[in-house]
Amino acid sequence: MVASEIDRGLGGLKDKKKRYSAFALARNAASYHQNWQRAWRNASPKASYDAVIIGGGGHGLATAYYLASVHGVTNIAVIEKGWIGGGNTGRNTTIIRSNYLWDESASIYEHALKLWEGLAQDLNFNIMFSQRGVLTIAHSEHELKEMSRRVHAIRLNGIDSDVMNPAEIKKFVPCINIDQSIRYPVMGGFVQQRGGTARHDAVAWGYARAADDMGVDIIQNCEVTGLRRKGRKIIGIDTNMGFIKTKKVGCVVAGHSSVMAEMAGIHLPLASRPLQALVSEPIKPILDTVIMSNAVHMYISQSDKGEMVLGAGVDKYNSYAQRGSFPVPEHMIAAAVELFPFMSRLRMLRHWGGIVDTCPDASPILSKTDIDGLYFNCGWGTGGFKATPGSGHVFADLIANDRPNNIAAPYALSRFETGFLIDEHGAAGVAH
Amino acid sequence: MLQLPCPYCGPRDELEFSCGGEAHISRPLAHNKISDADFGEYLFLRDNPKGVFLERWRHASGCRRWFNVVRDTVSHDILEVYAMGRKPRSSAGKNAYNNSWRRTSAAEAAAVNK
Repeated sequence: MVASEIDRGLGGLKDKKKRYSAFALARNAASYHQNWQRAWRNASPKASYDAVIIGGGGHGLATAYYLASVHGVTNIAVIEKGWIGGGNTGRNTTIIRSNYLWDESASIYEHALKLWEGLAQDLNFNIMFSQRGVLTIAHSEHELKEMSRRVHAIRLNGIDSDVMNPAEIKKFVPCINIDQSIRYPVMGGFVQQRGGTARHDAVAWGYARAADDMGVDIIQNCEVTGLRRKGRKIIGIDTNMGFIKTKKVGCVVAGHSSVMAEMAGIHLPLASRPLQALVSEPIKPILDTVIMSNAVHMYISQSDKGEMVLGAGVDKYNSYAQRGSFPVPEHMIAAAVELFPFMSRLRMLRHWGGIVDTCPDASPILSKTDIDGLYFNCGWGTGGFKATPGSGHVFADLIANDRPNNIAAPYALSRFETGFLIDEHGAAGVAH
Repeated sequence: MLQLPCPYCGPRDELEFSCGGEAHISRPLAHNKISDADFGEYLFLRDNPKGVFLERWRHASGCRRWFNVVRDTVSHDILEVYAMGRKPRSSAGKNAYNNSWRRTSAAEAAAVNK
């Protein structure tokens, strides 16, 4: 089910002088690091492009990069309302894994994980990808049985996955509380050792720099105000920097997908919800893996700076306010303290929210639309970061060829008509 | 945290409520008269505005009754609360109701089994 050969594109940077290396570091040390080149140009929009990607987050930048490096479409622009990576790319909890139940999900998330492995070399940028393992914990007999079933299904798809008992979990994560007397005791779990984390900002910067090197224009502070079309065809976009002519528009705008779709008279099955996360004050290294718990609903890892990074589920109502309600962080902290009692003595450093586009089946939409030349990549909800390279790779293919490949095909909008949903609510766990 | 004015119990914390999503979606009872796409629209497609939104809430830990709310999804202001089966009366609510694409959808037209 997973394609063994992935076209990773050209790799590295075309302009050798711009490559980051030990030699470049030494060369720039001689001039006191005053002469490093800009990572990407501050482009202003041209009158027309072969394709325009709306949204300069990880998925949008990855789409542009793969359009240029795999498909040779270099006359393209990435349009970003704010600054690149300033939305959900810079707000997520950076977890990467591919242990999903359904074949369709395994296919796309494993495609992404294979791209993550080697992405730093592809982009010539240290994205700090760390395969520290992702351990999902079960808190009941039923959850444990369901987990075993999932592990077998995942392994049948050729993806690494192993069940652990509480003693093995304690050995793997010494700071966890496996006391069976707590309200939701640790009954077992399953781990994907190839899962882990990456530096989210670096992913955006790495893709932006590599795309820019191939001639992609990255245009920041440019808000799309309208999608212009002639009959059923896209002819361009209106922005606060004027009209830009193009025949292909890829929308990768996460929480604002519905807003963008309405500009084209399309309705999507999305609800935009706040997803909150927080970090503690930095402490010495104590947790060298990622822990997820669906029953108590919390996921946690430790950043390289030492902060404990926590996340949970979405708020219960639609919002575009990039902030959430207090009960959600309160709940995730309660879950964290029960599993890791030492955390009760930590202070919270920062807390924030981002607006995620949740889909009824908790799976994304990668699709053509009724309008020629208009493509949507959205609906990633709470779990988009892990898919960044795969999403961009597949979406670039869809835009370049105007037809979905095997990985993208199940994610078409038509599934909400045919009923072939990819229901990952239970399989992925509530937490992504 | 939101404070929602339950029309039956008065203002209470958001914790006591569950949100039921978009209001005023009618089940197309004449379902065999509409296409799969139109039925899919009823089942899955949702209004998701940046701004005034008509939604249903339930006072789950209180009187357990449903009611409608006109809420701004950017400021979180609650503009109006009205009973199930009624239409909004505030100008913001009326605009949102009348301008929704759902009012002219085939699924909505098939809501009554004629």
